[in-house]
Amino acid sequence: MTSTSVIVSARQALWDPDEIGEPEVTGLLGRLSAKDIDTGELFFQLLRHEAWGLEDGKVKSGAYSVDRGVGVRAISGEKTGFAYADSIALPALREATEAARSIARTGYGSGAGALTGTAATVRYADVDPITSAPEDAKVALLHRIDGFARGLDPRVSEVVVRVALDCEINLVVSTDGLMSGDARPMARFDVMVLAEQDGRRERGVSGGGGRFDTAWLFDTDAAEEYAREAVRIALVNLDAVDAPAGAMPVVLGPGWPGVLLHEAVGHGLEGDFNRKGTSAFSGRMGEVVASELCTVIDDATLADRRGSLSVDDEGTPGQRTTLIENGVLVGYMQDKHNARLMGAESTGNGRRQSYAHLPMPRMTNTFLAPGESEPDEIIASVDKGVYAVSFGGGQVDITSGKFVFSATEAYLIEGGQVGPAIRGATLIGNGPEVMQRVSMVGDDFKLDGGVGICGKDGQTIPVGVGQPTLKIDEITVGGTGAALA
Amino acid sequence: MKPVVPQQDTDPAALAASLKDLVTRILEEAKRQGATAVEVAAGDSSGLLVSVRKGELETVEFTNDRGFGITVYVGVRKGNASTSDAGPDAIRDTVRAALNIARYTEEDPCNGLADAALMAQHIPNLDLHHPWDVDVPGATDRAAETEAAGFAYDDRIVNSEGARVATARGCQVYGNSHGFLEAAWGTRHSTSCLMIAGDANGMQPEDWYTVSRDPADLEDHVEVGREAARRAVGRLGCRPVQTGTYPVLFAAPVAAGLISHLLAAIGGRALYRRESYLLDSLGRQAATQAITLREEPHRPKGLASAGYDGDGVATRAKTFIDEGVVASYVLDSYSARRLGMTTTANAGGYFNLDVVAETRPVLELMRDMGTGLLVTSLMGQGVNLVTGDYSRGAGGVWIADGEPRHPVDEVTIAANLDDVYKGIVGCGDDVDRRGNIQTGSLLVREMTVAN
Repeated sequence: MTSTSVIVSARQALWDPDEIGEPEVTGLLGRLSAKDIDTGELFFQLLRHEAWGLEDGKVKSGAYSVDRGVGVRAISGEKTGFAYADSIALPALREATEAARSIARTGYGSGAGALTGTAATVRYADVDPITSAPEDAKVALLHRIDGFARGLDPRVSEVVVRVALDCEINLVVSTDGLMSGDARPMARFDVMVLAEQDGRRERGVSGGGGRFDTAWLFDTDAAEEYAREAVRIALVNLDAVDAPAGAMPVVLGPGWPGVLLHEAVGHGLEGDFNRKGTSAFSGRMGEVVASELCTVIDDATLADRRGSLSVDDEGTPGQRTTLIENGVLVGYMQDKHNARLMGAESTGNGRRQSYAHLPMPRMTNTFLAPGESEPDEIIASVDKGVYAVSFGGGQVDITSGKFVFSATEAYLIEGGQVGPAIRGATLIGNGPEVMQRVSMVGDDFKLDGGVGICGKDGQTIPVGVGQPTLKIDEITVGGTGAALA
Repeated sequence: MKPVVPQQDTDPAALAASLKDLVTRILEEAKRQGATAVEVAAGDSSGLLVSVRKGELETVEFTNDRGFGITVYVGVRKGNASTSDAGPDAIRDTVRAALNIARYTEEDPCNGLADAALMAQHIPNLDLHHPWDVDVPGATDRAAETEAAGFAYDDRIVNSEGARVATARGCQVYGNSHGFLEAAWGTRHSTSCLMIAGDANGMQPEDWYTVSRDPADLEDHVEVGREAARRAVGRLGCRPVQTGTYPVLFAAPVAAGLISHLLAAIGGRALYRRESYLLDSLGRQAATQAITLREEPHRPKGLASAGYDGDGVATRAKTFIDEGVVASYVLDSYSARRLGMTTTANAGGYFNLDVVAETRPVLELMRDMGTGLLVTSLMGQGVNLVTGDYSRGAGGVWIADGEPRHPVDEVTIAANLDDVYKGIVGCGDDVDRRGNIQTGSLLVREMTVAN
């Protein structure tokens, strides 16, 4: 597929059913224009979703949804007018356009001429995950994994398996006459198990996915691996002891623990907070904000990843942006609106949950580049501390810089050796401070399995994270046990 | 161009009638295509959101959401589908999609509509509809005044994420093949503000908001701006504390969140999936004797008031936790059948939950606690309902010898929830009335505070 053919098929899918064509759309762009409106756009979207769930040994639930609509935005200086319609019929488009342009104080402008397609490299296949396998095959898959997980260990007492498939088609046209489109597949598979032993119950969760269809579930043993991982985590936690409490060295495993980067630095480097001066990283461009071992990158161009984008939701091609290079802050993530106000270029990070939401600067796949230490050598360097390999999620206060993330699989480190498993505990620190305390970075770089969901201002979007094994010299661990002497 | 607020002036009865007509047509189409039972929920809401930052209009957003969801049953097999499109083709296709799903799901004898005898008969008037005739200039002025009050409060207010004024009205119709067909409509208005205080050690943001069904019941918006600023300035000068176990006082706005985990642990879904530390807890002590949790679904103007639940079952006042003992689980008809019980009319959650306790002034609770942590903000997802393990990021104020000493940041609080709820030793008279759960501050005897 080329970006041109993506646009052609997006127009067919979004415009043809309501007999909308280029004349109608350029007419709407004309109505959106005014002398005091800097830019405006229409974002057309068709989102189809299907999910199947197994619990208690049966596929008891299935759901299908279709959402189709348009979001209209007008920007005048720092002001934004926004309206949306859950229909692509012309009267609804006109009403939304008039509402969005109500921030203008002047009359209609000249509008756009002919529309020109934006060229972009396509980062994922044009596939439909929903129709990529028949219903009975999906149902059989859930049963296969249920049986597999239960067969791994007699202590497995409950298994929940879920497959969620999305197919999104969008088209962005703006008052400068540019048009871009994207066809975004998304597949995700999750396994949750409960293990019971001597009256104690523990949960284990694993899963993965990306921008592709269901073939990876049928042609490989990926689904079995998720089940194996979920069972392993639940069993490990059956023997977990109380987590320690207080400040101590923490070693993070590779891959999903990269949620550290997402929370500790990622959000703080989004353009909107930095334009407003409300980020703990505001005004620090060119300064040392992390240890020199840290190079942090946001990369939408990785093939097939959960956070990847051929073009963002404003029509800017997805890019690879270095945020921190050897500890020095070198880049922000920008959407068009904030870039314009800061005299910068969009980095292709303008994203939105749907047509009913405004775009904002958001992360794509954010990770820490590999270092040179052996993972074993990193663990061996810690006398008493914590080794955390899986996390449930995190949160950050962008302005103060403080962030948390909650471990779901972690171990004590005693005398340089990995010791007993510990109960889940929250880690808390301040982004700029914690990044300065990264003292070792491993050579075992890994991206996460493809389950990340990021929330900001009430909007959720899929993202990726990644990192090698790394050591933080000191961070607060929120257990209930004694401080490590 | 005049600013337009789509459908803000729509007659709610007319909107309800048109949604009822839509739901009737969907129910008929589902039966025509072969469903043995069916239920449909349709909604239509619209609103205006205006934000102002540093005195300038930042965003004008017109919200407008429509759509319906359908659950079809073929015997005891089930399928769901939903769409934002209410055209005749979409109705036919959505019903077909739901029936297609039901062809592949497996038989579950617990599936099906709630029992016909339980359907709500007389829906009380809950007084939830109070439109606000605020327009864009009016909302802009109000937001600007809110934020300006925040900036004027203290010189240490250095920045702002702005103030927001929002108004919305919505109508939801639920109908099923028992012949139940009812509409609920209401309004919701709010003013919120987030101010940032700063000093040489960095910036601290805090927000405040007011929300109500009736614009006349909103807190004075100037006070909203001032309160956000007061809270932000109060966060300056954080100092570390010694890791250890201390009494922890949850301020009312975060105490509501603490109580929500207890309700989740006695929720039907967590129980039948065995993902709760309170399995088989009916009649057992789950909290201190001093606490009772009571649901009041019919409170006039209540933010979570409802005459019937998501299954169409009549809601009623009830006690979930009676003097610390689990008196009722929180069940919908499906989870009730899974557990061999009767629904508690809580499909879609609980409807106005009050923490009933003997209350005392918060200053008195502080004197009682001696030395410990007053928690005013919580972060992260560190709540494990399967084990009851609780470990979250927290910020607040250090209390020593019964007096507030200095703000505290970047600490964690941890304990097992069973010990937390049984260890509640005091409830404040400062009830926060802005949420579904209404409670005063709660004092917990002991938790681990790590720094």
